[in-house]
Amino acid sequence: MSDIDERAVRAEVRAWLEQHWDPQRDLVSWRELLADSGWGVPHWPRAWFGRDLPVALCGAIEAEFEAVGAVGVARIGIRMLAAATLLEHGTEQHKSRFLRRILTGEDTWCQLFSEPGSGSDLAGATTRADFDGTQWTVNGQKLWTTSAHHAEWGLLLARTDWDAPKHQGLSYFVIDMTQPGVTVQPVKQMNGYASFNQVFLTDAHVPPENLVGAVGEGWQVAMTTLAHERRNADALRRWGEASTRAGRIYDEERAEIANVMAPYTWYPQRTGRVDLALARAHDTGRLADPALRQELARLLMLSRSSEWLAQRARTAREAGRPEGPEGSLGKLAASHVARQAAAVHTAISGADAMLAGADGPLDGLIAEILLSVPATSIAGGTDEIQLNIIAERVLGLPREPRLDGGPFRDVPRNPER
Amino acid sequence: MYYSFTPEQTQFRDVIRRFLAAQSPTVTVRQTMASSRGWEPALWQRLNDDLGLAGIHVPEALGGGGFGDQELGIACEELGRALTCAPYLSSAVLATQALRNGATPAEQESLLPRIVTGATTATLAWMEGPHWSGCEDIALCARSDGDAWRLEGRKSYVLDGVTAERVVVAAREAGRDDDAGIGLYLVDGEASGLHRRALASIDETRRLAELDFDGVTAQRLGHPGSGAAALARTLDDAAVALAHELVGAAQALLEASVEYARLRMQFGRPIGSFQAIKHQCANLLLELELAKAAVYYAAAARETGDADSAALASQAKVQASEAALASAREAIQIHGGIGFTWDQDTHLWFKRVSCAAVLLGDAAWHRERFLALTEVAA
Ligand SMILES: Cc1cc2nc3c(=O)[nH]c(=O)nc-3n(C[C@H](O)[C@H](O)[C@H](O)COP(=O)(O)OP(=O)(O)OC[C@H]3O[C@@H](n4cnc5c(N)ncnc54)[C@H](O)[C@@H]3O)c2cc1C
Repeated sequence: MSDIDERAVRAEVRAWLEQHWDPQRDLVSWRELLADSGWGVPHWPRAWFGRDLPVALCGAIEAEFEAVGAVGVARIGIRMLAAATLLEHGTEQHKSRFLRRILTGEDTWCQLFSEPGSGSDLAGATTRADFDGTQWTVNGQKLWTTSAHHAEWGLLLARTDWDAPKHQGLSYFVIDMTQPGVTVQPVKQMNGYASFNQVFLTDAHVPPENLVGAVGEGWQVAMTTLAHERRNADALRRWGEASTRAGRIYDEERAEIANVMAPYTWYPQRTGRVDLALARAHDTGRLADPALRQELARLLMLSRSSEWLAQRARTAREAGRPEGPEGSLGKLAASHVARQAAAVHTAISGADAMLAGADGPLDGLIAEILLSVPATSIAGGTDEIQLNIIAERVLGLPREPRLDGGPFRDVPRNPER
Repeated sequence: MYYSFTPEQTQFRDVIRRFLAAQSPTVTVRQTMASSRGWEPALWQRLNDDLGLAGIHVPEALGGGGFGDQELGIACEELGRALTCAPYLSSAVLATQALRNGATPAEQESLLPRIVTGATTATLAWMEGPHWSGCEDIALCARSDGDAWRLEGRKSYVLDGVTAERVVVAAREAGRDDDAGIGLYLVDGEASGLHRRALASIDETRRLAELDFDGVTAQRLGHPGSGAAALARTLDDAAVALAHELVGAAQALLEASVEYARLRMQFGRPIGSFQAIKHQCANLLLELELAKAAVYYAAAARETGDADSAALASQAKVQASEAALASAREAIQIHGGIGFTWDQDTHLWFKRVSCAAVLLGDAAWHRERFLALTEVAA
């Protein structure tokens, strides 16, 4: 990518925004316009709401949006993972039916992968889907399902063959979350919020056209979703951030966030909030402490270098290198940053680190950081799993001996709850 | 340029890597480190005649390759990976950069071309005691004597100090106690009154010396008052170069560890299939990749004259040192008892890395400096 390309693209998007951006529009119609123009997701294919532009240019395009305060397509939640999975494995019908409403924000999605008995070991799913010749019937339980309480659609991983080996007996579906066979109960988290749920599937139905990929190839499809999830681990920061500008479209966006986002307001805190550290150390007078200075320097270096590492990976992808497991490095780095940030915030706070709510530093925000950071090294695949992936797929170290071969029926597993 | 290399840069790296694999394998390193001078003039000449390494970053007008900090970094990284014994950091980095940052154009024209071709080797002497906090630590005294200057005092930890044919010395003008009194002076390695003593270093692949100056005749370089800034810039240039060397060393150590872990069998399986080993290797890779991101970014920033480049140099040095130290420590651990033997090569890198980690400021010192600079910028 040359500077010339970037300049030309910036000029083009600026001209387009000048002509079309209007803060008095309504949110959905604006996002439809974005979808039709391709400027909402410029790195997507032209045939599907994009412009076939390199990912590396997206930052520049986003900057032009920010410069005029233009609202983008809906991004929060796992909608972009759903979209990426459908773009890669979906049929034309899936794409035309789902992608547009993902971008406009009209539909919310959730990821029905983890179960009480299988989290890291997702391929051990025991939720079953049976085909009777006209439709699939689903029975089982999912756990830790973020957004299930307000999702229209779910990405479902279910077992369709109990005699095949574990990874070959799974299939991937899009399931309607609003049907009677789906029961969603919020699960309270250690930080007091409830952004994830348990989902009971009792004779829930999926029409045959909602199968994604072939029967028995659900694991390969799920790998696409997971690869995007790891890579986007650093994008979590954006959840729940609303603009403070005036205009109808901003009001609608704020309302959207206020309605839907309440259980997610802790999300920025799970990254550790590195952005607050230096200023807080300064404002509290703790910046003079040499021990704290060392830890603060460690934190800032770690955080900056992980951003550069992510940028290197993006640039390499752009240069045509295939999608690799390097997302695991970024995800692992994010855990280190979050933990170090929590330690620094604790050191800055002293005894105040014990206090929460209005009694706590920054009106409870610091307490929320300390109680939210532990999610980072678990959600989306634990640190240990990322280390396994890096060791085996990047460094080429031998796999561990496995005890889960043969027909899934006979594989040892957790007792049913 | 901050996040990737051009195809030409990658090719340059491949050429050096192949050259060093053939000309500087560890058997050669072992022979050279046992020799009295510590580096082989024949190899040094080939590095310069065949690859133009000593002047890669120097403008063509001065006889160099006309490339920049990134190419210098690539050269250092590959030399660190191969653990090549050569006066590269001393002559091509420290002395060359001191002259480029501190000498007048006329002085550069007369001095640099021979250093750039490798025909002459030079070094920089700045440290006197074991800790460095800045120019205030410089006590070595320069007294004017007609057209020339005379130096009195002692310098230590001078890289390749016994073999260097020219020594650039950071000294304090008699009677001045401010930074404006700091100057860079040039002395001949054979000058009378200069007593050079080799120091025993744990890293035998790079030599250190103590230099006693007993009224040594010197030429003052650059404009009066400019020495302190030139020295500071030079030390940052060198910190970034050394950081590249460290990531090269860390890479070599990690590769050796992974290779061994794949082959070594215990309990009926390769040790690399045990998670304790696997996770250790993966953690080392993460630390190394983060260090590379910081080091390459710092080199690009020097090339573009980024306002942040001093803080970035400190960051690069910290992360590269820590990654390399961890790789060295774990490489020995992963090799087990074999790792503690002289015949296994791991200790050669362990020693280089242990020295490089404290040379030009240890991690704690650079963290503090980084934070002080970041605080001001924020
Ligand atoms: C905030 C949050 C949001 C989430 N959102 C979703 C969601 O929307 N959808 C969804 O499907 N899931 C979601 N999850 C679930 C999450 O993906 C799982 O919790 C996670 O993958 C770990 O699985 P587990 O909880 O079953 O732990 P386990 O797999 O039982 O792991 C327990 C411990 O054992 C370690 N371990 C397990 N296997 C290995 C191994 N092979 N090698 C070494 N160590 C191992 C783990 O690292 C961990 O430390 C969410 C979780 C959290 C915390």
